[in-house]
Formats: sequence, structure tokens, C-alpha cells
Amino acid sequence: MLEIDDIQHILLTRTPALTGRYVFLSFADGESGRAWLEEILPIVPSAATVGTSDEDKRWVTIAFTANGLERLGVSEAALASFPDAFRQGMAARAEVLGDTGASAPEHWVDGTAGPDLHAIAILFARDDEERGRCEREHDALLDRLPGVRVISSLHLEATPPFDHAHDHFGYRDRLSQPVIEGTEDIPYNGCGGPLKAGEFILGYPDESGQPYAMPQPEILSRNGTYMAYRRLEEHVGKFRDFLKEHGETADEQELIAAKLMGRWRSGAPLTLCPDKDDAELGKDLTRNNDFNYKDNDPHGYAVPLGSHIRRMNPRDTAANMNRRRMIRRGATYGAHLPEGTSDDGTERGIAAFVICASLVRQFEFAQNVWVNDKNFHELGNERDPIIGNQDGSLEYKIPKRPLRKKITGLPAFTTVRGGAYFFLPGIRALHWLAGLAAGAEAAVPSLEGAQQ
Amino acid sequence: MASVLERPQVSKALPPEQVKGRQSAMAIPPGGYFPDRVEQGRFGPVFPRTPLNYGFTIIAAIKPGTEENFYGYARNIEEAVAGAPDVLDVLKLHTLKWALFDLKGETYFMYQGVFDTDFDKYTEDAVAIFAATGLTTVFENLQGFPADWKSNSEAFIAFVRDHHRPSFMEYAEYSYVTAKEVKSALAVKSGLAGVLDNMQ
Repeated sequence: MLEIDDIQHILLTRTPALTGRYVFLSFADGESGRAWLEEILPIVPSAATVGTSDEDKRWVTIAFTANGLERLGVSEAALASFPDAFRQGMAARAEVLGDTGASAPEHWVDGTAGPDLHAIAILFARDDEERGRCEREHDALLDRLPGVRVISSLHLEATPPFDHAHDHFGYRDRLSQPVIEGTEDIPYNGCGGPLKAGEFILGYPDESGQPYAMPQPEILSRNGTYMAYRRLEEHVGKFRDFLKEHGETADEQELIAAKLMGRWRSGAPLTLCPDKDDAELGKDLTRNNDFNYKDNDPHGYAVPLGSHIRRMNPRDTAANMNRRRMIRRGATYGAHLPEGTSDDGTERGIAAFVICASLVRQFEFAQNVWVNDKNFHELGNERDPIIGNQDGSLEYKIPKRPLRKKITGLPAFTTVRGGAYFFLPGIRALHWLAGLAAGAEAAVPSLEGAQQ
Repeated sequence: MASVLERPQVSKALPPEQVKGRQSAMAIPPGGYFPDRVEQGRFGPVFPRTPLNYGFTIIAAIKPGTEENFYGYARNIEEAVAGAPDVLDVLKLHTLKWALFDLKGETYFMYQGVFDTDFDKYTEDAVAIFAATGLTTVFENLQGFPADWKSNSEAFIAFVRDHHRPSFMEYAEYSYVTAKEVKSALAVKSGLAGVLDNMQ
């Protein structure tokens, strides 16, 4: 039974937000951090309370880096029970993640690579008015707390057209999310059955069926999880130029865009409509995931073997898929670049959170093995064409009879501009953290039974 | 013995694109890494790709009196592969060679495997498949192997890394070729033979 009243809402619910803000914070000392936490805690909704009121129009999430937990007063011994990768932080794991070259942490623009990043406050709001009101309230709170410093913040905004979620390249988003056992979400055809909660939330059995370890103390880790934050700039002008270079007509350009993704920009999967887009299928969640690769498309004639969706969810062509799934939340940022306008140099992209119970087994695996392994599916010299680390030296192969099309010197359509590993505590854990004080933790009994 | 100064620090082996499918050899420094190009994997530095692609040579003392388990497990593998030829697919294997040998009154197990991918990438999958199918692993008979390996992939991986003896020379008659490429080439050959038969 999921303790949904103890789980932060972002883990289980997707809110109807059109705008938002991420604020990255640093605490001068534990007292300042705990004071901030105590003030903001009452407006952090659990998955049980979100959506229960008509006035539900802003949603707040808070999470901490390992350095942030330490600054709040979590003991060294407790921190040592957290996984190494989390404690090292995303910037230290750059090579594992493929964040090298232009995407390397030394080029990140938002201060998230530094050791002074302690917390993130995520605000999503239904409209600009509510977002502005919340920002003013938070600013007022920070004015009262001089020991809490804003390292940077990011303004989130949906891109037009607003009738469906999509990125700046125009690809429909939010198509393939895992469903957690014990929630009311419906697993659509092709999305796999509901997965054990332990894949995404600490304190529950996972898909391995084996005992599971939890960081200590349990009051801190139970109903919490890990969030990998990625700020990914999308080079829209370069992307559109590429499509024009490789497609003479609008239809050919659409097909090239679809071949990179594995879906038409409408969301319709190439496995189900390989030659012509089907916008109705694209938005039909009951049908647009209903496919596999082993039988439907073993050689990649529809969905190229190296395409984005084939790498991020290899479906029946990978072993152990149920242990690699992740929940994705987030939004676009930066101004929309209207079609036909040359790139204005403004940064725009996606700022997303990948939520999973194991950063190494889930997020880092996806980055290291699926996204950036040049030899994924024996491709030899490719990486993910959308989010892989591209330096212009790699290729992209589009299987086709009688001869495949090979694009050489694939440009980078995206660049990592920021990132961090956060721990997303449960509501009780947030209260526990807010109540920590020097020596206080010693009073918490050490909990036996790290495994059950 | 070559002095330390003569040991290779930077590989002079021809790069894969120049020798793919042909003979090549690679001299590897002690420890198994070239200091100038150590790539970080999820569980630590990744051993370099060689003409044989990737592989492991694990040497560990067995628990006394478990020798028969090793022979029994070999028969299990033989049977499992005969029943489901793709049962080991996830390991991306070329070859496996296992041996037992005695040294100073102890019996040691040597596991030598040649793979197409570096070990870190799919080990969790291998562990999961062994655990999910109820198969034990022959490693359970090795001294120091973590008892909780089914739920603790990290400990499994750490054991393997600790007991790996990296090669200092590898040679391949056909370098950097994957098992899939070998099988594809044989399938093409077989297909062409069929075409030629039909043209007679």
C-alpha cells in the first residue's frame, strides 16, 4: 500500500501547469536551511492532497543535494548510507553520463555543478499570475532569511501551440510513462504492466523480488527517491537547418525528423505508420505505444536502431526492462522560435527531472549504455541523435531497402547546460529534516532492519 | 623482464578502424589500463577495448570441497544452452573458458570470457537473469563471494573487479569484430550459397 500522504506529489502526479520556476539554493548554515524548510513545508503537497481543491493552481516540490542534506545536519554516518553516485553529485559523474566537451560541467551556466548547491524549490503554476504571486512570496521569504542564497533560477514556459505538450523541436512529449502498482494510473497498451513501487520510491518492494536496502535513518529515506535534473539546451535553428539539408520537401523533412526520434513529431510511432504521419494516432494514448521491435521492426526499417525512442525504451529488445524504467517530469524553458525565423542565440530547451530509486541502475545506465554507447545495437559509431553527446564525428544510419541512408558528421542538437542529483524526501522526512539541530540526530534511534 | 620504463603507457596498437577484421595485437600496461585514456564507467574505470573487444579473466580460490559443484554447473550450462540457445544473449559473449587448477594446496577457478561490451554495461542484467530464473551462480562456490549478490549487484561487480587479472597482451586473427557481425557474415554466406544453388 503506497503511503501517498507521505510522498511528494511530483513523484505520482502530473499537474496541469503551463508555467513554473526552478530556484537553486545555497544555505550559509544549517539553521538558515532548516528555517527555510520549515517556512516552505506547509505548502509542499503530498500526492494525497494535490488536486483535491479547486484552488489548486500552484504546486511546490523541494529536494536536496547530498551537500544540502549534510548542511541541514544529517550526520556523516547517515550520509554514508546513501549511494556513492548521489553523494558524488552529477558533475562528478560527468564522464559516466557523457557530459563531456561542450556539455561538460565546467560549461554549465546555472551554478548547479558547484558544491554550494544545496536545494531546489520547484514551482509549477497554472498561469503566469499565480506564478508571479508565488515568486513574490518566495522572494519575501528569502529576504527574511539572509543565510539562504539563490544560486540561479530558471523560468519555465510551455511553447506554442499549447494544446499538447511538446519540446522546442516540435516533438510531442509525455507519451511513454511507467505506471506504478497501487496507483490509479492506467497502463496503456504497450507501456508494460504496472511496476512495483520500489522501482521509483524507497521503502517498497521492487521488480527484483529481492530484499532492498534503504539509506538510514529510515525516517529520512522512506517514501523518498532520487531525482536527476537535466537542463538541456535545444539548438532549434541547427535542427531545422539539418532537416532542410536532408529533406528537399516538407514531407521529406518531417520524415527525417521522425527517423531521428522514432516517432513523427505528432507522436505517432513509425512502427505503426512508417510512411505517413497519423496525427490522430499521435495523440491517442491507448494506441500510440502499442508496438514492439523484435517482431514489428527487427532491422529498424521503420524505427532506426539508433533512434531516440529505441534507445530510451528498447522494449522487447533489451533484457530486464522493468528495472530500467524512469519517471520524467519537467518543462520547456526559453522563448519559442517561430518557424521561418533564424536562430536568435537565445537559450531554449528542456529542464527535466528523471525520477528513479537507483541513479546508477536506472538513470546512469540509460545515459551510459542506451544514450551514449557508440556500439548500442552494434551500430559502431553512433549516439542518441537527440540527447547523445555529439561532437560532429559520429554518424546516423537509417535502414532502408535496398540501401540504407547514412548521415555522417551528425551535429549536436542539444547541449547539457546544468544538472544535479537531488534526494526528494517524503513529507515526514521533510519535517524530520526541519527539526534537526546540532546533536538532535543522535536522539533518533538507529532503525534496525535496513533490509526487509 | 621489461623495466617499468619499457612498459606501454600509451597504446601503439593500430586503431580499430585500421585493423577491423584483420590481425592485430595489443600490449597492455600492468593493471590493465592505458593511463592516457581511462574511461569512467558506472562502477569505476572501464578496461580498454582490445582486438578481442572486451573480456574478463577472473581467478579466485574455491571453497574447499566444492569442486564437484563446478562440474555440475558446467553440465547445467550445457543443458540450458541446448534448451534455449539465447539464454546467455544478455552477456554479449563470444566465448567462455572455465578451468580449475591447484596452487599451494588450494584449488582455484579461472573464468575467462570474451565479450562484445564492457563488463559494467550489462552485468546487472546478467545478475537479474540469474536471480530471476532461480539459477545459482558458480561464483557462489568461490571464497569471498558476497552472499547477498542477488540483491546487491554492486557487491557482485566489486567481487568480479577485485578478482579480475587483466591481460597484458591480446591478439586476434580478426580484430574488433562482434559476435553479431560474425553471425551475420555466416548468414550472408549461407544465403548466397542458397542463391547460387538456385541459379544452377
